[in-house]
Amino acid sequence: MSSQITRRRFNAALAGAGLAAALAPFGIVRAQARKVRIGVILPRSGYLGFLGQSCQKGADLAPAVIKDMLGVDIELMNADFESNVDTARTRAERLIQEGANVLIGAFDSGASAAIAQVAEQRGIPFVVNIAAAPQITEQGYKFTVRNFPTSVDLVRNGLALIGDLFQATNTAPRSAVFMHVNDTFGQANAKAIAALMPRLTQLPFKIVETIAYDPAAKDLTVEVSKAKATNADFLLNVCRVQDSIILRREMVKQRWQPMGIIGPGNPGMYEEQYYKALGKLSEYSISNVPWYHPKADITRAVEKQFLKQNPKDKPMYHALNVGFTFESILIIADAFKRAKTADPKALNDAIHQTDIKNRMMLGGPIKFNAKGQVEGIASACIQNLNLRPTVVLPANAAEAKPVFPVPGYKKA
Amino acid sequence: MRRATAGLALLAALLAVLPAFARGYALSVATLILYFAYTGQAWNVMMGFAGQLSLGHSLYVGVGAYAAGALFFHYGIGPWAGLWVAILLCVALGLLVGFLAFRFGISGVYFALLTIAFAEFTRIGFDHLDWIGGPAGMFLRVAQRDTWDLANFRGPPVMYYYAMLFLTAGAFALCSFLLKSKAGYYWLAIRENEEAAQALGINTFAWKMLAVAVSSAMTAVAGVFFAFYYNNLFPEQIFHISRSIEIILGPIIGGIGTLFGPILGAAVLTLLSDGITELLGALGWELPGIKQVFYGIVLLIVIVFLPHGIWPGLARKLRLDR
Amino acid sequence: MTWDLVANVAIAGVLTGLVYGLMALGLSVIFGVVRVVNFAHGEMMTIAMYATVALFAAWRIDPFLAVVPVAAAFFVFGYLLQARLINPFVTRPEHSQFILLLAVAIIITNALMVSFGPDARNVQVDYQLESYAIGPILFDKARLYAAGMALAASAALFAFFRFSLTGKAIRACADNYLGAKVVGLDVKRYYALTFGLGAACVAVAGCMMILLVDVTPILGPAYTLLAFVIVIVGGLGSMGGALLGGVLIGLSEALAGLFIQPSAKSMISFGLLILVLLFRPQGLLGKKA
Repeated sequence: MSSQITRRRFNAALAGAGLAAALAPFGIVRAQARKVRIGVILPRSGYLGFLGQSCQKGADLAPAVIKDMLGVDIELMNADFESNVDTARTRAERLIQEGANVLIGAFDSGASAAIAQVAEQRGIPFVVNIAAAPQITEQGYKFTVRNFPTSVDLVRNGLALIGDLFQATNTAPRSAVFMHVNDTFGQANAKAIAALMPRLTQLPFKIVETIAYDPAAKDLTVEVSKAKATNADFLLNVCRVQDSIILRREMVKQRWQPMGIIGPGNPGMYEEQYYKALGKLSEYSISNVPWYHPKADITRAVEKQFLKQNPKDKPMYHALNVGFTFESILIIADAFKRAKTADPKALNDAIHQTDIKNRMMLGGPIKFNAKGQVEGIASACIQNLNLRPTVVLPANAAEAKPVFPVPGYKKA
Repeated sequence: MRRATAGLALLAALLAVLPAFARGYALSVATLILYFAYTGQAWNVMMGFAGQLSLGHSLYVGVGAYAAGALFFHYGIGPWAGLWVAILLCVALGLLVGFLAFRFGISGVYFALLTIAFAEFTRIGFDHLDWIGGPAGMFLRVAQRDTWDLANFRGPPVMYYYAMLFLTAGAFALCSFLLKSKAGYYWLAIRENEEAAQALGINTFAWKMLAVAVSSAMTAVAGVFFAFYYNNLFPEQIFHISRSIEIILGPIIGGIGTLFGPILGAAVLTLLSDGITELLGALGWELPGIKQVFYGIVLLIVIVFLPHGIWPGLARKLRLDR
Repeated sequence: MTWDLVANVAIAGVLTGLVYGLMALGLSVIFGVVRVVNFAHGEMMTIAMYATVALFAAWRIDPFLAVVPVAAAFFVFGYLLQARLINPFVTRPEHSQFILLLAVAIIITNALMVSFGPDARNVQVDYQLESYAIGPILFDKARLYAAGMALAASAALFAFFRFSLTGKAIRACADNYLGAKVVGLDVKRYYALTFGLGAACVAVAGCMMILLVDVTPILGPAYTLLAFVIVIVGGLGSMGGALLGGVLIGLSEALAGLFIQPSAKSMISFGLLILVLLFRPQGLLGKKA
């Protein structure tokens, strides 16, 4: 009997090469104080693959930059959660078992929420690099912090910058048509806009129509026809990169030329694909997003390392992804330096006392409130000028002057 | 048969003491395996027993999860009450799909596509339902997680493991009972030759409806578990067709229509998936997507060379089928 | 809502629908003869789209010229796939066929991810962003040409099945498997030929689709589903039905987007699918099984 069972277990072990590893309770490697081991969980394949790989670049460059800056040794342990929440959870467990002292990730709100639960359970600190769902820091987690604005903050900053933009260009558009992708991120932003707009009476425009479209949409003909028919002065859109490309192209095909296209807090229109796919058509699109300070020293160091590791790429196309992923590792390195140990509990305490003034992204110092949420991340008004994202507002970080309305604008 | 019983008892004992050795990662993988074993068993009732191919079982997982989740989220109604609402809703839905399909004589590929259509229809519908958060998701409050709180189904990972083990064992017992009951024989007759079964005077409509009801009720329970295990729900994830496919892979690879097939299949596939990740990690192949290529190749090889799944052959080898 | 808005949207819907129809035609032809549902259909189209992108990037080959080599390569690919892999599965149960083609689909999607990365790709031909204007009505050039090509390819396929000896032989295999065997037809070879033809069809659709849509590795499943919806609505196995279904789905999605929230428009397609399955399971133009 027993030989049968051994055989069965043996067969199962052959079937899954990971069985031995999976069931080994002894795999825990004791934390070494000389370096901190960071588990990086990102969606490098599956439907978020493009974004996960973009974030990964920010993680990959961090050890070298931080070694120079703080003299701290970092070991990255990378895991791909394949855009699947189940996998996010098991990958987090696996990294902890392999001896990760702290986790970062996960770009996606659902996966971040799943990892936060594991982190809480196991007493391992978790730094969210990017994920905007407000609920993540509303659950009372003691081991999760987020160095990224919630969708409400994101949109509030974005709308305020639209006001600044109109002031800086002496314009006062009366109407906007609001288009948004109907996914987790788009929906959260749309809700924030609906809540904030009525209170922002200083803004001269009204939203005349809201058009939500499918995240899997491959064709936006109808959506753009509908938007064009509103005769709105400009287009306010919450999108991702692929749909923003389709959208822009469709506008040209349908010969719709509003005063401008403004994203109030979303990625998409400053990403490399947008320039590559659209060429000249990418010009003048505006994104009001958290951005790195183009003149900060850290930015220079990060840019240098980025170019060394990705000679064919440009850091500005990954600004938000690389910036926040890098900063989450910076936060850990800084805490590790102060705590002088990689013990997760001590690291967690140190992370919660973070106060980093010399940072890469625009905004106040990195400080977490009692819930573990960062406050005071600023947004910049980014306009595509000469085929690259350019900071045009706020004035103190600006690299060029904003252009609005766009040349070729035709009153409908 | 005695060998099989002894083997089963040993397996159950091993699984019951597993948490003493396995923690963290291993426990989480084991929970996942049991989850797929359970949902696979539920699907197997419809396909393996009664021969109705459903490719839309994520519909019942999703509706079950959202029903119990929303009651908890909005009114603080605990999972035990929510469970019954979830089951009732899913059975009603399953019977609706079944009624429409069987009344109009839809079977085979057409039935499979109908189930996909219902799941997709519901997914998009839920994306536009503000009450459950739409695509922005529904986040259940995660209050305490150290002590067992069975009333609210809150506790440490080991509690979820045992809950899933209990469910899987229960599903196994239920299915082995069903297989030996009148229903099991009628289902088998329908699966093998529906027209002949009808000619023998079997009310095939009613028995197929029973299979759908049992299967959807069982899947609804998995949905409730999912809601309280992950604590956040997104229509895009839970209703997605890839979730339905995950459910059916286990039983098909393990051995369709068998009792052990879903369990074996879930274990093999989950360990295979994590095994490939480990193996590629050890080899230093970090190319995103390469893992799924290997997974696909293994799937292809299994289905080409073991058309009836792994279990029937294995059972013969271990002489467990006697 | 003005009439020209409705007209513009409807025209775009019909034109896109024709390309959808060609894609679904491949699925329908394969099922009509081999009785296997190609669950890797959308993924195959994705390969064709990447092939077109690669040919354009390397030698500036216009998608309309790329149709020839891509379709030829796909014919061979489809032939081999059926001859080597799928033929033994013809007599196996549906769930076995499903897993087989699902595995093929998983391999395709992720092999594309490994070789091309996750970014969206497209071709930039000069007519892509242009449109003809007749009064307030705009005809998007790329869409118009693509629809024309879809019609031409479908017509060629119709003619092949109606007039050529091989086409008639394939239809004989579809109508009466045993009879075809009795008169000495090599049924398995005709199955492979059919799968090749279906693959060529989806290849042409892919070459055209890249003018309308950017390609990513994970595009496949959505188009597989779309192809199912279209052929079921039109009639699984009916060639005219596939085109009609394509146009119908294209048009109804366009109009639904106009009159209800666009993000919910796919609900209309799935709703239509459910209704057709229930009240006319053989599809609009399908023969009663």
